[in-house]
Amino acid sequence: MTNQSPILAVADLSVDLGGRSILRDVSFDLYPGQLCALIGENGAGKTTLLRTLLGLITQRAGTVLIGGAPAREHRELVGYVPQKINFDPDLPLRTRDLVRLGLDGQRLGLPFFNGRTRYAVDQALQAVGAEDFADQRVGELSGGQQQRAVIAHALVRKPRLLILDEPLANLDFGSANALVDLLGRLIVQQKMTVLVTAHDMNPLIPVMDRLVYLVDGRAATGTVAEVVQAEVLSKLYGYPVSILHHGGRILVLPDAPENADVANMNRCAGHGV
Amino acid sequence: MFAFLSSQPVQTALIVGSCAALVSALIGVFTVLRGNAFAGHALADVSSAGGAASFLWGISPLLGFLGMAWIAAFGMEFLGVRKARERDLATGIVLGAGLGFSALFLYLDVTTTSTTGAAVSVMFGSLFAISRGLIWPAILAVLAVFLLVGLFYRPLILTAVDPDLATLRGVSPRWMGLLQLLVLGLAVAVCALAIGAVLATALLIGPAGAAIRLSRRPAQAIFWAMIIALTAVWLGIWMAYESYYWFSGNAWPVSFFVVVLIFLFYLLAMLGSSWQHKYQRRGITSLRRLQEP
Ligand SMILES: Nc1ncnc2c1ncn2[C@@H]1O[C@H](COP(=O)(O)OP(=O)(O)O)[C@@H](O)[C@H]1O
Ligand SMILES: [Mg+2]
Repeated sequence: MTNQSPILAVADLSVDLGGRSILRDVSFDLYPGQLCALIGENGAGKTTLLRTLLGLITQRAGTVLIGGAPAREHRELVGYVPQKINFDPDLPLRTRDLVRLGLDGQRLGLPFFNGRTRYAVDQALQAVGAEDFADQRVGELSGGQQQRAVIAHALVRKPRLLILDEPLANLDFGSANALVDLLGRLIVQQKMTVLVTAHDMNPLIPVMDRLVYLVDGRAATGTVAEVVQAEVLSKLYGYPVSILHHGGRILVLPDAPENADVANMNRCAGHGV
Repeated sequence: MFAFLSSQPVQTALIVGSCAALVSALIGVFTVLRGNAFAGHALADVSSAGGAASFLWGISPLLGFLGMAWIAAFGMEFLGVRKARERDLATGIVLGAGLGFSALFLYLDVTTTSTTGAAVSVMFGSLFAISRGLIWPAILAVLAVFLLVGLFYRPLILTAVDPDLATLRGVSPRWMGLLQLLVLGLAVAVCALAIGAVLATALLIGPAGAAIRLSRRPAQAIFWAMIIALTAVWLGIWMAYESYYWFSGNAWPVSFFVVVLIFLFYLLAMLGSSWQHKYQRRGITSLRRLQEP
C-alpha cells in the first residue's frame, strides 16, 4: 500500500471556530482502496474535520492534500454526504434529479435529455439500490432512502474519495448493515477510498482498514489494533481507560470510576456497544 | 369580446400583465424553493419607494421600482447573515426603512406635484392606465430574467437544495444568492408596475407556491406556475373590464381580481395535492399488501 501516494494527506491540522480551538495537530494519511473510520463522541470535531478536508472551513494551521494538491483544487475527486440535509417535503425534485445535479449541477444552460447522463444517473441509483424510488420526490422519502439518494448524488461522478458524515446515526440495524456492505463493495469493486465518521466504531469494524480516534479535537491514528489499546487511548482521554473485547465488539471504559468524574465515564461509555 | 380586445388600454394591460405573470412564475419557483418568500415580499414593498419617487422626478416607474428593489436587495445581502433567523431580521429592517421612504415620497407626490392617485397606483397598481411606452422595457426585463435564469438554472437549483453540495460542485452560494436577488428585483419591478408594489407578492409567491405542490420536477413547477399566473392575469383583466357593466359603471380594479383568482388557485392546488397524497399512500399500501406472501 505505502508504495502508492496517498489520496488524502492531513498534516498537523489545527482548526479554530468562533475563537475556540476545535482541532489540534491532527495528522493522518489515507491510501487508495482504504476505508477509514473517524470515531469520536458528539462534539469531538468530526464534522469540523470533514468540512476542513473539503475546504468548506479554513484551517488555522496545517495542510490538507487531496491527490497531492490543495483540497480546493481537487474537489472533483471527492464525493461528500453530509450528516443531514433537510429536504422540504414539497421540494419539486425527484431522486434522479438530485443525482443528476451531482453530475452536472455546476453547468450552465438548461438540463436537456442526454443519454450518457441518463446512463450515469441510472448506474449511481443502482449502486445504492435507489431504483425503486428514483422517480419519487426526495422530500417524501424516509431518512434512510434520502441518505441513499445523497450517496448516489456523491457517487455519480465516480469520485476517488467518498466522505460520509455519520451515515449510520439514524439508521435501524438492518439498514446500517446494508450501508456498511455498500461501503465495502465500493472499495473492492470501484477501488474507491472511503472516510466515514461514527460515534460507535463497532458496526464498521468488519470493513475498516484504518481508524482516526478523535477526543476533544486530538486524534490517534492507525489500524484498529494500533489505536484501540489501553495505553494509546488513555493518553488521548487524559485518564486511564480499559478496552473490553466482547463477541467481536469493542468497548472502551474508564478504569477507575472513583477517580474519573461521572461525565467522563458517560462520555467513554458512549463509544461502546 | 372584440370590443374588449380592440381597446388599447386592454392590449397594453394584457401584454404587461403577461410579462409580470411569466417572470413572477419563473423566479417565484426559485424564491419559494430557497425559502425566500419573505425577502421577495420585502423587495416588492420597498420598491414602492422607487415607484413613488419616479412620479416625483418624472422618470419611468419601471426604473423607479427596479432601482429601489436593487438597492434593497444589496442592503439585504450586505446586512444578511447565513442563519435564517438573521436573514429574516435583516430583511425586516430593510423593509421598514424602505417603507419609510415610500411614505415620504408619496407625501411629496401629493403635495408638490399634481399627481392624484399616485399612492393607489404605486401600491395597488392600475393596469389599464399603463403607458404604451412601458411595453418594451417590460418585455426587455422579462427577456433578461429568462436569459439569466436559463443560464444559471442548474447552479440555482443546486444552491437551493443545499449550499454545501453547491460549493463542492464549484458553485458559489454567495454569488447565486446575489444573482437571485438581482433577478428577483427585475421580476418585482415588472410585477409592481402591473398590479402594484404591495400586491406583487401575490403574483410572485402564489402561483409558484401552488405549482410546487403539484409538481415533481423544477421544470414542471415552473410550467404550472406560468399557466396559473397567466390564467389569473388574463381572467382578472377580463373580469375588471366586464365589471364596468356588472356594477353599473363602476369598474373594480384589475389587481383585486388577479389577487383573488391567485388565492383561489392556491386553495385548489392545496386541495389537489392533499388528495393526491392520500391517493398515492393508499396506492402504495395496497401494492405492499399484494407483495406480501
Ligand atoms: N460554527 C461554529 N462556531 C463555533 N463552534 C463550533 C461551530 N461549529 C461547531 N462548533 C463546535 O465545534 C465542536 C465540534 O463540533 P463538530 O465538529 O460538529 O463535532 P462532531 O461532528 O464530532 O459532533 C463542538 O464543540 C461545536 O460546539
Ligand atoms: Mg457531526
